[in-house]
Amino acid sequence: MSLNPWIWLAALLTVCTFTFLWRDNPFYKFAEHLFVGVSVGYTIAILYWNAFMPRVWEPIVINHQFYVLLPTILGILSFAIFFKKISWLIRYPIAFIMGAGCGISVPRSFQGYIFRHMQGTITAISPGQSNLLLISNIIMVIGVIATLLYFYFSIEHKGFIGKVANVGIWYIMLAFGAGFGYTVMARVSLLIGRLQFLLHDWLGVID
Amino acid sequence: MKRQIPLAIAFICGIGMIIQFFIPHPVSQRTYQEALQWQIIVGIFMAIIAIRSLFVVHIDKIKRKKEGWGYSFITLFAVLFTAFVGIRIGIGEDSLFSHLYAYIMVPMQSTMFSLLAFYMASAAYRAFKARTAQATLLLVVALIVMFGRVPIGEKVAPWLPAFIEWILMYPNMAAQRGILLGVGLGMIATSLKIILGIERGYLGGG
Repeated sequence: MSLNPWIWLAALLTVCTFTFLWRDNPFYKFAEHLFVGVSVGYTIAILYWNAFMPRVWEPIVINHQFYVLLPTILGILSFAIFFKKISWLIRYPIAFIMGAGCGISVPRSFQGYIFRHMQGTITAISPGQSNLLLISNIIMVIGVIATLLYFYFSIEHKGFIGKVANVGIWYIMLAFGAGFGYTVMARVSLLIGRLQFLLHDWLGVID
Repeated sequence: MKRQIPLAIAFICGIGMIIQFFIPHPVSQRTYQEALQWQIIVGIFMAIIAIRSLFVVHIDKIKRKKEGWGYSFITLFAVLFTAFVGIRIGIGEDSLFSHLYAYIMVPMQSTMFSLLAFYMASAAYRAFKARTAQATLLLVVALIVMFGRVPIGEKVAPWLPAFIEWILMYPNMAAQRGILLGVGLGMIATSLKIILGIERGYLGGG
């Protein structure tokens, strides 16, 4: 059995969290509230050291880069929300975040989502492929078209379109099944990790 | 002032960042880096508002003695203690702060997620009870993927890992591509609506 008080703390909190499997209870609630508090405190400290100090404090106070005052003032305008008369001023920083964020995302979405996947689909079927690869790629291309058609609501899903859209549902369900299987496996592997921690690191009953 | 200037800010910043993407010049790259810095700086102050609202909720809970108000003390104490330790003592390796992370946050986070393994099993049972062909396909594929990823699956059916790889590479990829193309188009459309001032929900009322 471990003599490290930190291991004991982690183990007791793990056990408290697992008690939720029985039902919601004070031990779980204690662990849950502690987790929320520590997470927020952690975020505050990380924001302070990794964002505020190197990006606001040091440039303005130490390096005298006074142009950094501009985004700082923009950020401070967020606090206008606490004063009813000038609460509308919070729209300025939000508009900046939204505008710049959207502007950054448009060309990158084209590049990352649209062009890359279209290229992958269009160039999938090419001469010189083995029969198995060719059939697999045809199955993939049909799946992409069927899935896209399922999400295309500007035309009614009936007749031929309806049948293709229905094929799309099968593909989507298959993908969800694969995703579900992987997620369950990831969770089970976390569970094994926690049990190993309890039985090996804490209690020392397994090697 | 109240609506037109924010809309102009969003338009200018949005169009500016789109144009910047197509100009491979150091000034353009610098503008992009600077915009990211500005977003982080503004984000710091937004985060302060979010943290304040956590305090407001819990202090209100304590004042009104709402159900479970005692737990709010734990949350508030944990926030203040962790933040104090991180800011005053430091966040270096082997510090008290890193211990709080390694022995409270990490184990609890993985335990919380591991709890989902049990609830997902019951969700799968409910999906099976739906008894539609498509729900059955979902469950069968999930079982094949799960079984094929453990050593016993490969022992029972040596062809299973290759079959799973095929499922992931072709039919699964097809649906993923269809969904991601939709997501991409949706993101672009929504972004353009915000930049052009058609979507103004983020401005709120008033």
